[in-house]
Amino acid sequence: MEILLSLFNGILIALEPINLGLAVIGVVVGLFVGAMPGLGSVNGVAILLPFTFVIQSFTGGATSPMIFLAAIYYGAMYGGAISSITLGIPGASTAVATTFDGRPLAMKGMAHVALVAAALASFIGGTVSNVLFTAFAPLLASVALSFGNPEIFALMLLAFATFVGLGGDDIPKTLFSICFGLVLATVGFDIISGEPRLIFFDITGFSHGIRFLVLAIGVYGIGEMIWTINTSRYGSSMSKVDVSWASMIDAMKRFQEAWRGTLIGSLLGFFVGILPAAGATPGSLMSYGVTKMLSKNPKEYGKGAIDGVAAPEAANNSASTGAMLPMMTLGIPGSPTTAVLLAGMVIWGLQPGPLLFTNQPDFVWPLIGSFYVSNLVAVLVNLAFIPVFLWMLRMPFTILAPLIFVLSLVGTYAAYMDMFDVWLMVFVGVGAFFLRILDYPVAPAVLAIVLGPIAEPKLRQSLLLSDGDFSIFFTRPIAGPITVIAIILILLPLFKVIYDKIKGKPAEA
Amino acid sequence: MRRAEIVTAVLLGFFSVYLMWKSGEPPAWDPDVPRFANIGMIDGEGPGSGFWPFWLSAIMLVSCVWIGINWYRKKSPPSVSEEPFLDSYGKRTLFFVGMGLLGFLILIHIIGFYGGILVFMIYYMRFLGRHGWGITSLVSVSLVVFSFFFFDIAMRIVLPKGYLEPLFIPLYDMFL
Repeated sequence: MEILLSLFNGILIALEPINLGLAVIGVVVGLFVGAMPGLGSVNGVAILLPFTFVIQSFTGGATSPMIFLAAIYYGAMYGGAISSITLGIPGASTAVATTFDGRPLAMKGMAHVALVAAALASFIGGTVSNVLFTAFAPLLASVALSFGNPEIFALMLLAFATFVGLGGDDIPKTLFSICFGLVLATVGFDIISGEPRLIFFDITGFSHGIRFLVLAIGVYGIGEMIWTINTSRYGSSMSKVDVSWASMIDAMKRFQEAWRGTLIGSLLGFFVGILPAAGATPGSLMSYGVTKMLSKNPKEYGKGAIDGVAAPEAANNSASTGAMLPMMTLGIPGSPTTAVLLAGMVIWGLQPGPLLFTNQPDFVWPLIGSFYVSNLVAVLVNLAFIPVFLWMLRMPFTILAPLIFVLSLVGTYAAYMDMFDVWLMVFVGVGAFFLRILDYPVAPAVLAIVLGPIAEPKLRQSLLLSDGDFSIFFTRPIAGPITVIAIILILLPLFKVIYDKIKGKPAEA
Repeated sequence: MRRAEIVTAVLLGFFSVYLMWKSGEPPAWDPDVPRFANIGMIDGEGPGSGFWPFWLSAIMLVSCVWIGINWYRKKSPPSVSEEPFLDSYGKRTLFFVGMGLLGFLILIHIIGFYGGILVFMIYYMRFLGRHGWGITSLVSVSLVVFSFFFFDIAMRIVLPKGYLEPLFIPLYDMFL
């Protein structure tokens, strides 16, 4: 009851005209920053952090500046889906999984269905995570802390296991793709020994590693676009987009099909978001994999399943709130964006940690209230802008294609300020196009390059703890069951081949 | 397509072997360490730096062999496909789009992003898309103006400008 009263008071403060105005501005700014390829919430929050000092000088407290930054964070999470669906370029790493089904839906002339599903799933994901945050913040923070190196590695293994089926039925090509992504993630300096690894042909550009967005934009921006040009023969395959009110209402009705993905994304995304060093990108990718695995029609995924859009979108919004939890209750940021927010809190004289809720209730509850308000504002703004986003798809393909090429190149440079990455991105894109002709799935490689930098150190630290004994992943109470489930899932296609052989059915490759 | 499938699998197999070889590379500052000393457990340090990439590359190699076996047994769609890997349209598209992108990348080093965007958009819209000069100029110039104000001015992300840098200095004076 006390929590509800505090929350109610917090929402009232968040609804004060100045705070509501800041939330609206923050959401709109975040939406556009998030939609721009290469830029994500971290860019928006970091660039506008100095602006909050101006806000603080007017309002006097830390609440309004923090509400503004939280609104940018929310807006960017919604915005990432826009370019993933309409242009096929992930707006940010958190929206890569949205591209898997959002883009095929747009190609079928159903971009409005994908955009509405993304907005509504984001809203539900944000709301579920806000409720969990409000009710269980201290408890969940302690659960997250009980996840050590073996547990986090086991969770990563589970994510790979759910993705084994992502590329269709060609198991060796999927396996190749996952391992290739994981190997690419090791390029650069080994963070444990400091030794350089896999610096191909001694090109110094590889010393900083192959960055995630380079691969993602290359595959989904350049590779996808060349593929589309080759298969559509310059015919615009997205020109059937319908922007009427009736189509929007129909899209909202069709969102009912996505309840499973939305629910999985909301819960799984929140939990992965809480874990230190995980964040929204692994959360959204894992939610996509789990939703596909539990679906009755897994073959529909990657071809335009609404659930395939809803799951990652619910997850990345849910994870963005989840990542705030360890930041506020423990002082440990769960993602790069929350690290910037943490810096902001420290600059404004707040001390994040276990005592924040008791020492600074006049800051904490309005902030939590603003999560609810920003989430609502974000979904309304997003739905209102959908016709504008759809207008992009009505452009002739011979204008849209060069625009996507330009945005891919500029976005890659804007993300890392390195021309080597831009060259590499184009090279990756052309390579992905060739591999796609031969049915090599690229999505598992993208997942692997995100999870690789988290999984490898956890594996090595676990083995260091156990003196090289792999049983550490089986004997611990949390890691054990997760590892066993992951291994069963990995071996599932093999079981299927054996089962088909016994039954006398022709085995799939 | 069938030939492309096996050629690609063989090439990726060789690449996997290269990755295995490269993973076992000793650190440059310690020539006494033998190659592949880092792919197993090291006393007191746990797995070496090459442990993870070496064994993953080994799985990649096994996958390539598996793809080869599927090709031989005609179990994968590309291994039974009689379509060409790239038809004449695909080759022509790849050539013109590829040349355009290559030109764009080279131009970025000479006349910067904004000059490069302008030339690339004109090349693509006017010469590949056959749009009129009016719409081509409108879209190209608008994109340059939007990009400059969004990245350089609003987001403070300074894109390279090459030899066109002096043209932008008055704009910086005006807007920053």
